[in-house]
Amino acid sequence: MYNFEFAKPSSVADAVAALGDEDAQALGGGQTLIPTLKQRLASPTKLVSLKGISEMQGVCTGDDGALCIGGATSHATVAAEAGAYPALASTAAHIGDPAVRNRGTIGGSLANNDPSACYPAAALGSGATIVTNSREIAADDYFQGMFTTALDEGEIITEVRFPVPEAANYQKFVQPASRFALVGVFVAKYADGVRVAITGASNDGVFRWAEAEAALSANFSANAIDGLSLSGDDMINDLHGTGAYRAHLCAVMTKRAVAAAS
Amino acid sequence: MAQVTMTVNGKAASGEVEGRTLLSSFLRDELKLTGTHVGCDTSQCGACVVHVDGVAVKSCTMLAAEADGADVATIEGQANADGSLNVIQQAFQDHHGLQCGFCTPGMVMSAAALLKDNPKPSESDVREYLEGNICRCTGYHNIVKAIMAASGQDVGAIAAE
Repeated sequence: MYNFEFAKPSSVADAVAALGDEDAQALGGGQTLIPTLKQRLASPTKLVSLKGISEMQGVCTGDDGALCIGGATSHATVAAEAGAYPALASTAAHIGDPAVRNRGTIGGSLANNDPSACYPAAALGSGATIVTNSREIAADDYFQGMFTTALDEGEIITEVRFPVPEAANYQKFVQPASRFALVGVFVAKYADGVRVAITGASNDGVFRWAEAEAALSANFSANAIDGLSLSGDDMINDLHGTGAYRAHLCAVMTKRAVAAAS
Repeated sequence: MAQVTMTVNGKAASGEVEGRTLLSSFLRDELKLTGTHVGCDTSQCGACVVHVDGVAVKSCTMLAAEADGADVATIEGQANADGSLNVIQQAFQDHHGLQCGFCTPGMVMSAAALLKDNPKPSESDVREYLEGNICRCTGYHNIVKAIMAASGQDVGAIAAE
C-alpha cells in the first residue's frame, strides 16, 4: 500500500473541505477500499474517514414514513435497527461476514457500486433516495454502470432514504468464495407497483427488470413471471458462471423473492 | 507519522503510525502482540480478528489511525486474571478445536463476539457466524463443538458429518 495522509473529521462540512484536496478520497468502513489500496489499484494522497461524523450514523424514520439511514452506518447496525423494513435489515445481515458487517457502511457500498454488491439492489429495488452533502439523487438516476455513479468528485453520501414497501424480499445466490452475489434479486411491492432490481448479473451493474415488474404489478405471485427471461449476452461471464447461467438465475431468484415476500 | 493512543487489553498503548499502517501491523510490530495472526491479508480468512469497541473486526482491514481512542481486545487479553485459559480457550483445548493453531486466535475472538451477543447459539448459528474465519486444516467440526461447549451446551449429540 502506498502511504497517504489520514484525516478523521467530525462534521460533514469538515469532510467536504478535506476532500477538496487533489487526490483525496473518502473512506467508509474500508472493507473494499483497503484491499484495493493493498493491491495498489488506487493511490490517494489523503484518506478522509467518515466514521467520526456522528450526524451520518444511525437509523431513523422520517416524517413521510421512509427509513433514513446515515451514510456511515454499518451493515451490522442496519441489520439490528432497520426492523421497520425487514427485507432491508435481512439484506444487511447477509452481506459479507460478521466482522465485515461491523465495519462496512451503506454509503461506502453505494458509492463504490460494485456490480455484485447487495445494497445497490436494495436501493434501486426500493426506489431509495441517495442524499449527499449537496443534493438528493433518485436511485433510478444514481446507478450509472459498474463502479460508476452520479456522485461528483468529493461528494459524500450523508443519508439514504428508503420508502417502506407493503412487501419485499432479497434473494442472493452466494458466490461461495467471496460471499458476494453471483446473482441477487431485490423485489419490493409498493402501492403504485412492483420494483425488481438485480445485482451480480449485468456487466452494467445493478439494473431493473422491467418486464418482470410489469407482470408482478399485475399479479404478485411467483408464476406471474413464467415465460419471462433475460438475455445472458451482456451478463458477467466468469469462472463462477456464464452469462446464460446468470440470466437463468435472475428468473429463479426473482421467483424465490416473490414467493418469500408474498 | 501521527501519534495514536488506544486501550489494548485494558492497558493504555500508544505509538507512531503512518496513514497506511494497519491495525494488525500496529498490534504485531509496534506492540509486539503477535497472537493476532495475519493469514490472507485480504480480509477473508479471519485469523486477524480482534475486538474494537466491543465488536469483532478484521484488523488487517482497518487502519491503526482509525482505532485511535478505541478499546481494543486481542487474544493476549483473553485468559483469566490468574493466567488460566478462559472458558472458550479451555473448550478449544478440551474438544481439540485446533490443529496447526494458525486460525485459532481469530476463531477464539470471533467465538467470544458471538457468545457475547448470542449466549446459547445453535450449531447453525455458530457455523454461520464463522463464515469469515477460515481454518486451513479444515478442522471446523471440532471448532464448532468447542464453541457450543463453551456456551454450556451439551455437545455429545453433535456427530461428525
